[in-house]
Amino acid sequence: MSGPVKDTSVSSEQGAISWFDLVKDLIGTAILTMLILTPIVTFKTTMNQGVLFIEDRWVQSLLLTAAVVIGRLLLHLFVWHKPPSTAAAKPVVAKAPLSESLAKYVAPAMLAIAIVLPFVLHQVPSWDKRGIDFMITILIYIMLGWGLNIVVGLAGLLDLGYVAFYAVGAYAYALLSTIYLPLWFGPGVVPWAFYIILPISGLLAATWGVILGFPVLRLRGDYLAIVTLAFGEMIRLVLINWFSFTNGPQGINVPKPTFFGLPFKDEPGGFAAFFGIPHDRIYSYIFLYYVILVLALITYFATNRLRRLPIGRAWEALREDEVACRSLGINTTTTKLTAFAIGAMFGGFAGCFFAARQGFVSPESFVYIESAMILAIVVLGGLGSQIGIVFSAIVIMGAFELFREFGAMGHAVQDGLMYVLPDAVVSGIGSLFTGTFGALYGLLPDAMRNSLAGATTGMDPIQFRMLAVGLAMVLMMRFRPRGLVTRRQPTVFLKERKSVSSDLVAEGHG
Amino acid sequence: MSDILLQGAGVETFYGKIQALRGIDFEVHKGEITTVIGANGAGKSTLMMTICGTPRARAGSIVFDGVEISKMPTHEIVHLGIAQSPEGRRIFPRMTVFENLQMGATVDKLQHFDEDLVKVFKLFPRLEERRAQRAGTLSGGEQQMLAIGRALMARPRLLLLDEPSLGLAPIIVKLIFAAIKKLNEEEGLTVLLVEQNAFHALRLAHRAYVMVNGKITITGTGAELLNRPEVRAAYLEGGH
Repeated sequence: MSGPVKDTSVSSEQGAISWFDLVKDLIGTAILTMLILTPIVTFKTTMNQGVLFIEDRWVQSLLLTAAVVIGRLLLHLFVWHKPPSTAAAKPVVAKAPLSESLAKYVAPAMLAIAIVLPFVLHQVPSWDKRGIDFMITILIYIMLGWGLNIVVGLAGLLDLGYVAFYAVGAYAYALLSTIYLPLWFGPGVVPWAFYIILPISGLLAATWGVILGFPVLRLRGDYLAIVTLAFGEMIRLVLINWFSFTNGPQGINVPKPTFFGLPFKDEPGGFAAFFGIPHDRIYSYIFLYYVILVLALITYFATNRLRRLPIGRAWEALREDEVACRSLGINTTTTKLTAFAIGAMFGGFAGCFFAARQGFVSPESFVYIESAMILAIVVLGGLGSQIGIVFSAIVIMGAFELFREFGAMGHAVQDGLMYVLPDAVVSGIGSLFTGTFGALYGLLPDAMRNSLAGATTGMDPIQFRMLAVGLAMVLMMRFRPRGLVTRRQPTVFLKERKSVSSDLVAEGHG
Repeated sequence: MSDILLQGAGVETFYGKIQALRGIDFEVHKGEITTVIGANGAGKSTLMMTICGTPRARAGSIVFDGVEISKMPTHEIVHLGIAQSPEGRRIFPRMTVFENLQMGATVDKLQHFDEDLVKVFKLFPRLEERRAQRAGTLSGGEQQMLAIGRALMARPRLLLLDEPSLGLAPIIVKLIFAAIKKLNEEEGLTVLLVEQNAFHALRLAHRAYVMVNGKITITGTGAELLNRPEVRAAYLEGGH
């Protein structure tokens, strides 16, 4: 009902619309909407003991009308009639400083949100633990993304086996906290295990980074990617098969981290008892949240700092042109190795935290798809962009979680629609949905349908998530091939900081 | 003024089985501009790269200021005081002009950075205008200026210039060569220049080599070569 009115009143005035016309149009819209809604929403017939009652639903009807009118108003103001003053008078350039000045506030704003988030989620009773737990997962991936960003985004070394370092960190915690630390220093050390092992796991992962780095020094691009992929798989296979050391596929139960020695348990000497507050498992979640937040922030600031140091600039130069680097006297060997080592170190930290938070490690957590996921986060975020990684981690992990929640969410949406729309429409939409898939399904040949039926019994949306991520990747690469955040801040600047949009540089260079 | 700064003797370089340099003898004297001219594929750039150690010379010796460098890794050679503005410029496109110049000062560990920056900006004022711009967005001429400026930031004792006129407009070429001359005359910088643009190169050079098929065929001062009929016929006629 929006089409025909659109152009009549305004086209002569080159996009500007007078208030009178606007109000007239909106009133017309409201009346039309009410008329249409009268039979399908406003009056509802119900059967009660064989008698037909008519029930009026004015509130719902008015809500819908208001929604339509507001929607049309917004369309008028922002889509159909862009004010000519902003569109024509100001050149496009004028827009850039705005987004730049906004960009300045993005990072601090996100940090502020991240800091208060647990307290906000704490107020939502059904979501507190799950919400915080989910945020922890996202933060782990942000941290992994930032770690991998050093290797891939800054040094330009495509690493498909990053999860190997994550695994090294996790197993370092698992093995040291359950076997070796108690063996060497007695069981009293276990509550402190997390704090002792955290740096060790980073060091071990960094060592493995160097060990991986040496053989692949001469490789670049695709060749490097294949070798790192193989390395990631090797670590996982060793973890599965070296039964006597790693307990194989059964995994290891590990102690949870403590609040500087105080366990999160309902017992004297526990966290709650010490502070004299009632025991609640939520404290453990909040504590873990802040631990990973701090770890992630360390990664962020360390990377930022490194980028400004000669070594960080050497990484970036290495990504740009290895030959030129060498001709400027940069030792490309050590530059590559430090990139691998430092990237791996942060992966190790994240792995250690992951193991401690899960309370359990098994090789299953370190499959190739994890590496691919982290790489996807880095690439989607815009190679080298740290803020972009935050967004893409939230989007990707959020989408994952969304799929998991799909069933529940679907019901919630349906309930919401039920409130305003007649049942018939809702079930109509529902059947349209299933009908479309059903029709497509019906088009398939019998054999394929049978095998699909076999494969999809008990299918739920969660199984589509990889498909969705893949689709998202394809769309991304089609529409924003340089990632979500494509600006790169120069690390050094004279007088003013001026970032250059990647649009100005050829693809693959920008 | 004839201290030999760089001397090559019987230098042979291979790409796999293909021999690119067939026993090259050359000298670069302190404070002079030495130029190597020749056609495409004669091995000029290979000579330049061999001096820098990638690829390594398979036979012969290259001595820089008394140090045998033919077996050294590239970055160590650079630390001895040889800076290169490589063929095709090879600036870092996503980094700013300023950052590119900083990369150039890696060898010097940024000790004289501010001072050298002023010098480079004085030599190429265009770079100062563009200092906050991404190097990839510069014009070809500006990129060449940046490549030379970046090499100068290392405070080299020997500057290697590989085809600085490649793909540039004549007016920019003049500007670049004027800058090279100025560097040599005012700072006494030793330059080894590889060029296809023989006319410009020979006018500038104190000492010149003509390379054909991986060998040096003619040697002399720049002025001598400019006047030799065979050089004129092969590299200069119809040119400039």
